[in-house]
Amino acid sequence: MTPLESYFPLAVVFALALVLGLALVGLAALLGPRRPSRVKEAPFECGSDPVGDARGRFGVKFYVIALLFVVFDIEAVFIYPWAVQVRELGWNGFATMAVFAATLVAGLAYVWKKGALDWE
Amino acid sequence: MAPYQPKSDPKWLVALTLAVALTVPFLFPVLILLSMPLAEPSGGGVTLALRWLGNVLGTDLSGPVAHDVGTAVVLLLIAFLFINFGAIFSGICVWWERRIAGRMQSRIGPNRQGLGGFLVWVADAVKFLLKEDLVPAEADSLLFRIAPYFVLTGFALTFVVLPFGHSVVMADLNVGVFYITSVTALVVVGILISGWSSNSKWALFGGMRSAAQVVSYEIPAGLAVFVPVLMAGSLSMQDIIRAQGAAPWDWFIFRNPAALVAFFVLFTSQLAEANRTPFDLPEAESELVAGYLSEYSGFRFALFFMSEFGNIWVMSALATTLFFGGWQVPGMPAAAISALKGTGAWWGWQLVSMAVFAVKTLLLANVVIWLRWTLPRIRIDQMMTLSWKYLVPIGFVCLIFTLFWQLGVGAAPGLELASGVALSVGALFVVIAFFRRVFKNVTDVRGDAIDLSNW
Repeated sequence: MTPLESYFPLAVVFALALVLGLALVGLAALLGPRRPSRVKEAPFECGSDPVGDARGRFGVKFYVIALLFVVFDIEAVFIYPWAVQVRELGWNGFATMAVFAATLVAGLAYVWKKGALDWE
Repeated sequence: MAPYQPKSDPKWLVALTLAVALTVPFLFPVLILLSMPLAEPSGGGVTLALRWLGNVLGTDLSGPVAHDVGTAVVLLLIAFLFINFGAIFSGICVWWERRIAGRMQSRIGPNRQGLGGFLVWVADAVKFLLKEDLVPAEADSLLFRIAPYFVLTGFALTFVVLPFGHSVVMADLNVGVFYITSVTALVVVGILISGWSSNSKWALFGGMRSAAQVVSYEIPAGLAVFVPVLMAGSLSMQDIIRAQGAAPWDWFIFRNPAALVAFFVLFTSQLAEANRTPFDLPEAESELVAGYLSEYSGFRFALFFMSEFGNIWVMSALATTLFFGGWQVPGMPAAAISALKGTGAWWGWQLVSMAVFAVKTLLLANVVIWLRWTLPRIRIDQMMTLSWKYLVPIGFVCLIFTLFWQLGVGAAPGLELASGVALSVGALFVVIAFFRRVFKNVTDVRGDAIDLSNW
């Protein structure tokens, strides 16, 4: 089986999920009422008139978390193939990954010490 | 005034409920099982079906084009079955969860739509279809409209590799586990888009919280998944199950002390990624209205809702696969299974393996529901601390421990069995102690007998 063949089911499910979702939302649009009004279309703010816009700036904390996530997720991408091959790679592969993981752990310890993980 | 008499259901409604309740859970496994030979990679089923169709139509359908088209049609059929399974599971799960919530909070829960309220999910679906689909005037209309499809496809795509039984799986990809962690990320994209595009403050907060939460818990979840992957030496879901045995001491969770810890790390992270209590901060109804769902209505809301409850099956099935031995049945080693191939007993065996897998998965799903109605919601700083300061370091330790453990097992193979027996006996004692405690609590409140007459 070629790689394309083995991933073909994925494309089928993707297409079908999209089609089914579109069909159901379309059906709901046909069956449901459509009586828009200014109040209905306003963003919900607990019954009072909306104050300002929601497109403001947002806490930079999330930004740090996202950066950390990118670093650790790349680590995961490297570990996956290594974890499958670990028996074949032997001590050589083990030492290489130990150095790599130790670097990451040192990074986590640094971030922790710096207080980037404290949420205020 | 006469004392209140509970309304009794009309007979036809009771019959309808029982018919649905007895057919749906059994119909789907059987249909999925029957569709499996058609999906065989070698295409044996497709070839046969095409030959039959060719005879009926009087044309020759043995060419490669016809074969490809046939395969596509068969795959569409199977995909339709799996997506419907997910949708109907989430519907029934909503009913089950609401009944349990009712019991746990000393109230009744839905009991009007059919016997025991069982048909409430059908009523919900019809109602969602008939509701007005609102798009806020200030919202980014395009993004607001497409966000639910990200969530839906992210949910549906996981069913490609989720096993249901011994040879009941749509496609056993060699990157199975990795594939699941990647496609579930689509759900986060959908949540972020919905949160931002709604142009509502509640939705924005909910979406941002969800993104921060999911990316944080993705790391410990990934680290915990490495433990069974290291033990099995494969990423394929079926290979990981085949590397385990049927008896509890042959499951990965007990075969290695670090795997026991890794299971809890994974389970906690999955709760957080699925936005389940105690990690439901993104849709905390007491502070954020409904989080990123605030502005959604009608069927778009239903798509989010369906994926969320369907994800309970996905996360439980993943944990069952990685740690609880999947569909392995006691007394059925691999050799005995291959001997059955081609006989009628083969189908029976497939059904048994599906039942074993479903029971394990449903037990875990019940734990998820139970936790939701037991634990309070945690604060956002606690949520972040738990992930980065506890689960990530613990995950690293599990990973390193497993490496040395595998080396140790290579030198002394008895190590795995010893750990398996010791830990499963320990788990048995914990379960017994738990049930004794529950029994004691139940007998202690006998005074206010639990009233089940309004079921």
